[in-house]
Amino acid sequence: RTQRPHAGALRSPRPRPSIPPTAARGTHPRRSYGPAHPSRAAMPTANVRAAQPSADRRLSTLVRHLLPSSPRTSAATATSADSSLQPFPTMASPSVFAGIAQGPEDPILGVTVAYNKDPSPVKVNLGVGAYRTEEGKPMVLNVVRRAEQMLIQNESRVKEYLPITGLADFNKLSAKLIFGADSPAIQENRVATVQCLSGTGSLRVGGEFLARHYHERTIYIPQPTWGNHPKVFTLAGLTARSYRYYDPATRGLDFQGLLEDLSSAPSGAIVLLHACAHNPTGVDPTLEQWEQIRQLMRSKALLPFFDSAYQGFASGSLDKDAQSVRMFVADGGELLMAQSYAKNMGLYGERVGALSIVCGSADIAVKVESQLKLVIRPMYSNPPLHGASIVATILKDSAMFDEWTLELKAMADRIISMREQLFNALKIRETPGDWSHIIKQIGMFTFTGLNSDQVAFMRQEYHIYMTSDGRISMAGLSSRTVPHLADAIHAAVTKLK
Amino acid sequence: MAMSRAAAAVRQRRCGPLLPAARSMASWFGHVERAAKDPILGVTEAFLADPSPDKVNVGVGAYRDDDGKPVVLECVREAERRVAGSTNMEYLPMGGSVKMIEESLKLAYGEDSEFIKDKRIAAVQALSGTGACRLFADFQKRFLPDSQIYIPTPTWSNHHNIWRDAQVPQRTFAYYHPESRGLDFAGLMDDIKNAPEGSFFLLHACAHNPTGVDPSEEQWREISHQFKVKNHFPFFDMAYQGFASGDPERDAKAIRIFLEDGHQIGCAQSYAKNMGLYGQRAGCLSILCDDEIQAVAVKSQLQQIARPMYSNPPLHGALIVSTILGDPALKSLWLKEVKGMADRIIGMRKALKESLEKLGSPLSWEHITNQIGMFCYSGMTPEQVDRLTNEFHIYMTRNGRISMAGVTTGNVAYLANAIHEVTKTN
Repeated sequence: RTQRPHAGALRSPRPRPSIPPTAARGTHPRRSYGPAHPSRAAMPTANVRAAQPSADRRLSTLVRHLLPSSPRTSAATATSADSSLQPFPTMASPSVFAGIAQGPEDPILGVTVAYNKDPSPVKVNLGVGAYRTEEGKPMVLNVVRRAEQMLIQNESRVKEYLPITGLADFNKLSAKLIFGADSPAIQENRVATVQCLSGTGSLRVGGEFLARHYHERTIYIPQPTWGNHPKVFTLAGLTARSYRYYDPATRGLDFQGLLEDLSSAPSGAIVLLHACAHNPTGVDPTLEQWEQIRQLMRSKALLPFFDSAYQGFASGSLDKDAQSVRMFVADGGELLMAQSYAKNMGLYGERVGALSIVCGSADIAVKVESQLKLVIRPMYSNPPLHGASIVATILKDSAMFDEWTLELKAMADRIISMREQLFNALKIRETPGDWSHIIKQIGMFTFTGLNSDQVAFMRQEYHIYMTSDGRISMAGLSSRTVPHLADAIHAAVTKLK
Repeated sequence: MAMSRAAAAVRQRRCGPLLPAARSMASWFGHVERAAKDPILGVTEAFLADPSPDKVNVGVGAYRDDDGKPVVLECVREAERRVAGSTNMEYLPMGGSVKMIEESLKLAYGEDSEFIKDKRIAAVQALSGTGACRLFADFQKRFLPDSQIYIPTPTWSNHHNIWRDAQVPQRTFAYYHPESRGLDFAGLMDDIKNAPEGSFFLLHACAHNPTGVDPSEEQWREISHQFKVKNHFPFFDMAYQGFASGDPERDAKAIRIFLEDGHQIGCAQSYAKNMGLYGQRAGCLSILCDDEIQAVAVKSQLQQIARPMYSNPPLHGALIVSTILGDPALKSLWLKEVKGMADRIIGMRKALKESLEKLGSPLSWEHITNQIGMFCYSGMTPEQVDRLTNEFHIYMTRNGRISMAGVTTGNVAYLANAIHEVTKTN
């Protein structure tokens, strides 16, 4: 699926070559890169379909240079490999990356790209999980604005490099936020926390660490999960396998399937768990189910890797949304935790997050932290300052912290209200099917159960944008747009099956 | 760590059947060894821990004013005032801020660059210079898996880490000439000639780190020529544009020479030093392609590498950069401030050299003023550096690299004296 360039930029069609590639460049044959390899063209391996034969490109380059009007015309004279200091004919060499094909559009972020292009006045973006107000506008929390102003007014603040592990205050406060201030792991100094680039960065750094230092390279991820999870872990050096999670029949948790799959995982395997507000399904285990999962995992020595992107956003309560995690910490075992402040503090673009590793002892935690630095340094040296400073400012000031919890609850409440409104709207329209999952699921997303044809239909006919798996971001809805969405769903399920 | 029986009992009650007690404190990570400290960042850690009032930090390359204080540029403060409260904090696209990228390309390739007009440059916002190098290294590994990278000797230590973690094999090429404390031009040219055709080379665009030794314009032309002969790929790491000579256009000369000669370069840019945005992690990676279609394809692939690493780059630094570079008055102020920083460093180089000469040092210290940029490769041995630290509380990396940005009128005499003490018996 090569993306077409903008119409205005299309060049005239390239001539088809009748000249074999090596001869196209006159007497200076182009060899492939790296050690001499007779038959190897500079063709990439991963993710690629050749966009255009490289011979075409070489020929077109040559043609450009032979045309009298070309500014880069050169006498295509013979050049030998001697090192004479004659000015070399200025001839642009074809790129070493000539064969690279367009990468696929990201399935999630691509939805917003398509939405932005749509001129319809009734369009609704239910794609990416970013909070919107009732007016459909992005929102910066008041407490965040205040914290930001405080930072900017403070003339003594500097922009120096953070340590590799990030802002120390931020790290401590983040660990307390997710594990609880009275957590035994924290009291015992068994937690190694490093600031990372939001949830993605925390997952990647954690994955890389495990690939280097953990004895098991397999990570089990729920089916389905956030689209970026498999890529993050694969590139980190782990092998991703899946465990059953979502039951399309009930639009709820396939608990039996989950237990079976984790039971048959090899001892020591890593298991990715969404701490709350599972993305994309919104289906979370109950506390009782979490307890069973915990026992099973500990009995098989499966290593938990929590992804917490919605603490406080799911139920409206920070502590409640952290219960699953704290349960695991309380039993004294080890785990990894990736935390994001993108949604719950609305800091999306500032890329604020933290990776914590709860270790068996304080001594181990110190060594683990030192190894995390070795992962981070060659990736980006040290994490960005701004967002973490905002978070630390808020978390350490009790008044600001309280203000934050109120704004967070308001966001969560608005989403819960949108769920109720959508559910009622479908009930009123007597839309066929059981839609109770809309109010049973939790967090930012609803897994509607719509199939990709229905999703496409809704995009074309109603200008409603969602990911093709039928996931809608409730945060993108408002009282004003709920009726339009309900109409669209109704039409989609009655017209298409 | 022993757990009291009471605690164990509490735990048992709270969590149901407990695993064998040993399990709860046994670790999967017990075998993990303590990693060695980063050679550069570890220096500042040690400095901070030192209680001596005489201590001097000439370790990490972060600019200091003449009072030894970190600096936030006026243009940056103003830009921050403008952006705070005026925008939301939504995700940037995977490739980063379009505006910031546009401005960055103008800086590196030239305001009127035909390559920009022809949209031939694939460019993404990156996490400062480190992030830009890493994206390129990962990209190189993915699309040219048989390629290697030639890295100058010496270089910023993290370059080795970056290409190693990207799993791209490394080779080195001659660069620094210890005897003259200058460029080993003959060795450099030999290595370029002897490398297999089509090799990838990492070049410091200006203000080589750690040596401060840059090729002359004439030498750059010869290097470029030889690159053409050998069809090598030049990857420029430009972390000090503006900081070396005080003039960003001048500091981009090597890149412009290569572009004129038809090379399709890669370039990592950082705003850490020249805009003082260190902790904001603002940078750009660009790759000059055959045409717009290819640039679009390459950019999309770079984004595929960024997405599973951090999804999209941080906003704040990008806003500052684009605000400054996009506003003629602010840009003008920035140019003035960059020149001010560069001039102070040039002044300190002169002062240090003269102080050493006045002390009657038997050695030549010409290289202090011949070298350029933030760093001076003093030529001191690790043992001499250790003496500087232990006896004089002067902190620098053990390769003898002095960050001139840490030198002030207040400490230059002390520094000169200490250097003289440890080197006079050479």
